[in-house]
Amino acid sequence: MNNKNMIEAKKGFFEITLTVNGEPLELAVKNGEFLLDALRRHGWKSVKKGCDTGDCGSCTVLLDGKPVLGCLVPAVTAHGRAVTTIEGLGTVRKPHALQEAFVAAGAVQCGFCIPGMILSSKALLDAVPAPTEAEIRKALDGNLCRCTGYVKQVEAVKNAAKKLAGKRRA
Amino acid sequence: MDATKLKVVNKPVTKMDALGLACGEPAFTDDMDFNGLLHAKLLWSPHAHARIKKIDVSEALKVPGVKAVLTYKDLPRVPHTTAGQGYPEPSPYDTYTLDNKVRYVGDRVAAVAAETVEAAHEAVLKIKVDYEILPAVLNTFDAMKDGAPVIHDEEDSKNIPDAQHNIAAKFDFEVKNGDWFKEADHIFEHSWTIPYLQHCAIEPHISIAYFDNTGRLVLRTSTQVPFHVRRIVAQALKIPVKNIRVIKPRIGGGFGSKQEVLEDIVAALALKTGKPVKLEYTRKETFISSRTRHPATCRMKAGVKKDGTITDAEMEITLNTGAYGSHALTVMMCSGSHTIPMYRVKNNIRFIGRSVYTNMPVAGAYRGYGATQGFFAWECLMDMMAAKIGMDPVEFRRMNYIKLGEGSPVFKAMGEGREGVEQVITSTGLFEAIKKGVDEIKWAEKKAKYASQTGPIRRGVGVACMMQGSGIPEVDMASATMKMNEDGSFNLLVGAADLGTGSDTILAQIAAEVLGIKADDIIVTSSDTDITPFDVGAYASSTTFISGGAVKKTAERVRDMIIEVGAKILDQKKEDLRLEGGKVVAADGVSCSLSEVANTSLYYYNQHQITASASHFAHTSPPPFQANFADVEVDTGTGKIKILDYVSCVDCGTAINPQLAEGQNDGAVVNGISHTLSEEMEFSSNGTPLNASFRRYKILSAADTPPVRTFIIPTWEPNGPFGAKSVSEIGINGPLPAVANAVYNACGIWLSEAPFTPDKVLAALKKKG
Repeated sequence: MNNKNMIEAKKGFFEITLTVNGEPLELAVKNGEFLLDALRRHGWKSVKKGCDTGDCGSCTVLLDGKPVLGCLVPAVTAHGRAVTTIEGLGTVRKPHALQEAFVAAGAVQCGFCIPGMILSSKALLDAVPAPTEAEIRKALDGNLCRCTGYVKQVEAVKNAAKKLAGKRRA
Repeated sequence: MDATKLKVVNKPVTKMDALGLACGEPAFTDDMDFNGLLHAKLLWSPHAHARIKKIDVSEALKVPGVKAVLTYKDLPRVPHTTAGQGYPEPSPYDTYTLDNKVRYVGDRVAAVAAETVEAAHEAVLKIKVDYEILPAVLNTFDAMKDGAPVIHDEEDSKNIPDAQHNIAAKFDFEVKNGDWFKEADHIFEHSWTIPYLQHCAIEPHISIAYFDNTGRLVLRTSTQVPFHVRRIVAQALKIPVKNIRVIKPRIGGGFGSKQEVLEDIVAALALKTGKPVKLEYTRKETFISSRTRHPATCRMKAGVKKDGTITDAEMEITLNTGAYGSHALTVMMCSGSHTIPMYRVKNNIRFIGRSVYTNMPVAGAYRGYGATQGFFAWECLMDMMAAKIGMDPVEFRRMNYIKLGEGSPVFKAMGEGREGVEQVITSTGLFEAIKKGVDEIKWAEKKAKYASQTGPIRRGVGVACMMQGSGIPEVDMASATMKMNEDGSFNLLVGAADLGTGSDTILAQIAAEVLGIKADDIIVTSSDTDITPFDVGAYASSTTFISGGAVKKTAERVRDMIIEVGAKILDQKKEDLRLEGGKVVAADGVSCSLSEVANTSLYYYNQHQITASASHFAHTSPPPFQANFADVEVDTGTGKIKILDYVSCVDCGTAINPQLAEGQNDGAVVNGISHTLSEEMEFSSNGTPLNASFRRYKILSAADTPPVRTFIIPTWEPNGPFGAKSVSEIGINGPLPAVANAVYNACGIWLSEAPFTPDKVLAALKKKG
């Protein structure tokens, strides 16, 4: 990864070098801009703004594989690092097992919290391949959902864990 | 009838938008970019009650990038309601897009559109307002007194029953069959209160107003009621309905808060500037300046005989509607009409309802819609009565709940904003729901086990039964249009608004069932006032029952047209044909594909588009029923309540999609549990909200959500599409009374003020001694 210094490309904007969903990019971010706003402004609309105060988790993205809140992380923090949004996890044509599991369990109602919730789940399963229900609930604790009561989301993560474990064995 | 022969309905068909949403496809209001988009910011009132003596926007207009600043002087003065209800709305016309008076901390003062959010914000700070601060009144008791500050002293508001006493709505009725409480062996009277509660849809209120290539105004907005938005914005801004198009994209939750028409101001800014304008509430603004549940005090008085007969029941409910009377009458009426009929009352029934203006945030529609407030009282009172006469609370309910074929004088006396309709119960699974719940929670076993407890940790079980409606009878109307494509697929156009509830999917299932095809052969387009036919929108638990009825009728008309063509192709009599497996099939087994039918009609024979539309409204509103059971643990040392298990058994008729129905109920129940344990908006002594953030206003997160188990109890509602009734709201009404009753069972205290925070538990324990 390129670790060159950030350049103030034009007044008030910095060029940062990073990867988003595996693709190396140079992005112009505003002075003082948060990662949430920078990503949305550049077209990653899956990163949602639910509160802008670090309380709801809708803006969760992975920074070097760890979940962070896009509304609390200055965009320049991503310089030289790897950002993953839900677009990078899977697509409608080729979804990730977690996305499929959320759909199959009926865990997607309005869907606004779902990208953040799936990314938190991804980070959990990367670290703990066979989590307990308590571990799942703890991992999802920063992602508020008002539609589902979390019942089917917890079920989805359990199912995805099983499926991914099966894939690893195969 | 039952659902066992159905092929698509009553199956867990995959929600059609789920994968796109799980992959983060741009689907919501804010997921589309607009060239030259302006950003709106509002100046909110810092005072609970004040008159604007002078307002100077000259400095604001000088901020670079600012394109418009609007005050009340710039807009037509049109009294209207923001309640997105059918016309004429039963809510008072007491709201103005902008006014020269502010009535709560957070009321609109002025609006700015600028090239950046920062410029808009800076301009808002530079608007100079000279206020004449008026005395404010922050609670309903004081607001109704003679000489209280009059919040709506304007002369041009309409349909306020008693502005001098701040009464936004009132309704009383009585059924009298003899002297009050004459037959009662025991009489009970108690009051229950519910505070200001927020919907907390994770997507804040957001709207983008722009112009299409013919100059018409388009509102891309997060709403539950696209057609009401079109009508009310046209009314408020004095522009023709034909000049407005409303598009509801995917919306990030509503729960009633988006049944509120707040789009007038962003539309006004777009009209002023001629440019696209976005208004996105911050979370804080959503808390304070969108809408809330009506805080309520519900006093109930009832009489019971030793044998368990309920002789008399009186409900007096006082709702705080805040500064404006949005849904003031209808939420108040539903607090009685959806609850009192739950149990047979032998002699006398009385309802006294008031919705009262205060200088506080504006209440509106919220999932449960009054029934949440009413059932908290009624269901706790049921347990008080059962305890007194020494009857098991479950037995007492079994004896008294409304049975199949029974009616209630309340159905006719109280509708939504007007007289209701007479109806009897045409389907109920409450008996089975109670049975299932008793088994799952292990009622008898736990009652026995918990009867002799010692030590500081006490456990208890509690029950609550509920009903709701399925749409508003003879008020709600929905319509649908279908057309057939060459490959035997169909476009289904519905005005219905999918809020994440899955209504697009279940409406496709209903159509597919009629046409003998798979749900994914139906392409659903919903909620676009230019394209889709009318629907009142997503509220009053109406979509499955009303919109579903419209879709079923439409599909049946399409089916008849298909059979007409099929009869020609197959040279068969129409009455010998049916649709099955994507084919027109004759009694003797010959068949042709739907694709053949479509191509024949489009290209070869008597050329025509197979298409139909139909509308539906209903004369009754069949209630869904529920029995809820809570198993709780009370730490009498700390006052903390822990829910160990929560069982919710739901009769929603046929669940069109059982998986989605379960999801609706899980969400409603957890929202109700969150109300029960933690939620409350707090205010300073001058009416300033203190906890307008998710950090300080606590909704349940994954880790602190207790186990919730939903069980669907299948029944068949003869008036519903494929036997269906509603499911979305009812579940929110159970947790307050079920948990309160369980806490009584655990440690002998009655909790009657929501939420049940440790301080209230400890105070009640101390009082009990």
